[in-house]
Amino acid sequence: MKWKNFYIGLVLLFLYLPILVLIIFSFNTSSLNILFEGFTFKWYGELLNNVSLLEALKNTLIVSITSTLISTIIGTISAFALKKYDFKGKKIINQLLYIPIVIPEIVLGIALLSIYTFLHVELGLGTLILSHIAFSLPFVIISVRAVLDNMPSNIEDAAKDLGASNIKTFWNVIVPTIMPGITSGAFLAFTLSLDDVVISYFTAGPGSNTLPLQIYSMIKTGVTPDVNALATLILLAVFLVLGISTILQIRNIKRQVKV
Amino acid sequence: MYKSLFQKIITIPIIIYALVLIAMPILYVLALSFLKSDAYGGIINEITLQNYIDIFDVVYLSVFLKSFIIAGIATFLCIIIAYPFAIFVSQKKPHIQKIMMVLVIAPFLTNSLIRMYGWIILLRKEGIINTFLQNIHLTDHPLQLMYNDLGIIIGLVYTLLPFMILPVYSAVSKVDKSILEAAKDLGANKIKTFTNIMLPQTASGLFNGSLMVFIPAIGYFFIVDILGGGKLMLLGNLIKNQFLTARNWPFGAAISIVLIIITFLLVKLYKKKGGNMDELGGF
Repeated sequence: MKWKNFYIGLVLLFLYLPILVLIIFSFNTSSLNILFEGFTFKWYGELLNNVSLLEALKNTLIVSITSTLISTIIGTISAFALKKYDFKGKKIINQLLYIPIVIPEIVLGIALLSIYTFLHVELGLGTLILSHIAFSLPFVIISVRAVLDNMPSNIEDAAKDLGASNIKTFWNVIVPTIMPGITSGAFLAFTLSLDDVVISYFTAGPGSNTLPLQIYSMIKTGVTPDVNALATLILLAVFLVLGISTILQIRNIKRQVKV
Repeated sequence: MYKSLFQKIITIPIIIYALVLIAMPILYVLALSFLKSDAYGGIINEITLQNYIDIFDVVYLSVFLKSFIIAGIATFLCIIIAYPFAIFVSQKKPHIQKIMMVLVIAPFLTNSLIRMYGWIILLRKEGIINTFLQNIHLTDHPLQLMYNDLGIIIGLVYTLLPFMILPVYSAVSKVDKSILEAAKDLGANKIKTFTNIMLPQTASGLFNGSLMVFIPAIGYFFIVDILGGGKLMLLGNLIKNQFLTARNWPFGAAISIVLIIITFLLVKLYKKKGGNMDELGGF
């Protein structure tokens, strides 16, 4: 049993090694990232003066939040529509939805770039948002559909029998029931969008650099330690959110075990 | 009448999405791949098969071959790392399992390029690993850990490992523990229990994870750029260069179409083996 725990620890070490390095060096007085020479907070202060990095962060948040909102709304009603109604081309649409999930991202990236160029659409935040919707929407639909498939159909019938309209049934009965699928789909869309490099690389325009693109170009030209500080802050935020949600879920698991 | 209006409103967005953001771009790339390009990066409206014939040039075939080998090695290493990990984790108490899986996912919610930069700090000549190895006198000169195939493979395995761990773990934890115990009671040894019960019952999870690692690995040009040092070229870099540097869009389109066809063949095989499409998204 001991060596099994050792193996688990080893894999986790592999996953966390580069992250630990970044956190440690974000407090390093030397900017060379080779040896730890002394403790400082100065890079966190310098982060606030790094205009291009903050601008990229702002763009990333705009693109991620907007594309996630749109993907979640369209994904939710589309999952419902695809389940409930038969319409022309439904079969093809169901097939097309898997394309962004399975093909290499770079292919979707160059395909979107090509079509924007063909239609003379100027590259910028708008094309970024559209492209992020393109790759995240199918994930929302699949996530919502998984919950929708398990929903008893008599809930909807009951609401209708009691005189609720289609819109009321959808909004007051179905949406609350499938909420877990909607939130996990939205979460997935948001994280995919935050971290996207490949598709953004082809569909961003001048002045619409996202955080991943900005860091990509910094790695090529020279990274300043304030990037370490930013990485540490992002990690802190992620662990805070995940930590809270895990504690809540573990409570649920423990409660179920007791029952 | 009212009913059909509601139906129309909720079906229109997905039809527009599928047409404008998926079907049209892909069909346009297909069309591009049969056109000629001029010397200035323009596209000439003349139909040709030349782009596909060019792929069979030794230079490009070797890029295909090299990409598949590197992606194959990365996939294999991911299986080797993820499979025992998933099995060991599945033997833990439920709440420990939950914490372990959150620990696996958490790093991947942070910026992947920042994590690649962490690897640079670790792997480069004057980096932490080399400094450490020299301090304990395991080597007297710095080892070349990046700017070569090794760096690319480390980067790919690191970035794509969760996409292997998640489906494999989900498959492993679905295996009925009482069957494993029955096999043990009936005298099967550990190896037999593994090959006769565990492996067949988790094969679809392994296949799923392999697809989720192998296909992206072919296209991740930024990992090749950062940890491969830009000297080596894999398919992702080749496509990127055709679109952004060489500006030969029709040729880049032809390579992309070949990549789509390969992907579809792999997915078809996955479906034929009983794989679930919805589980491909990492669910």
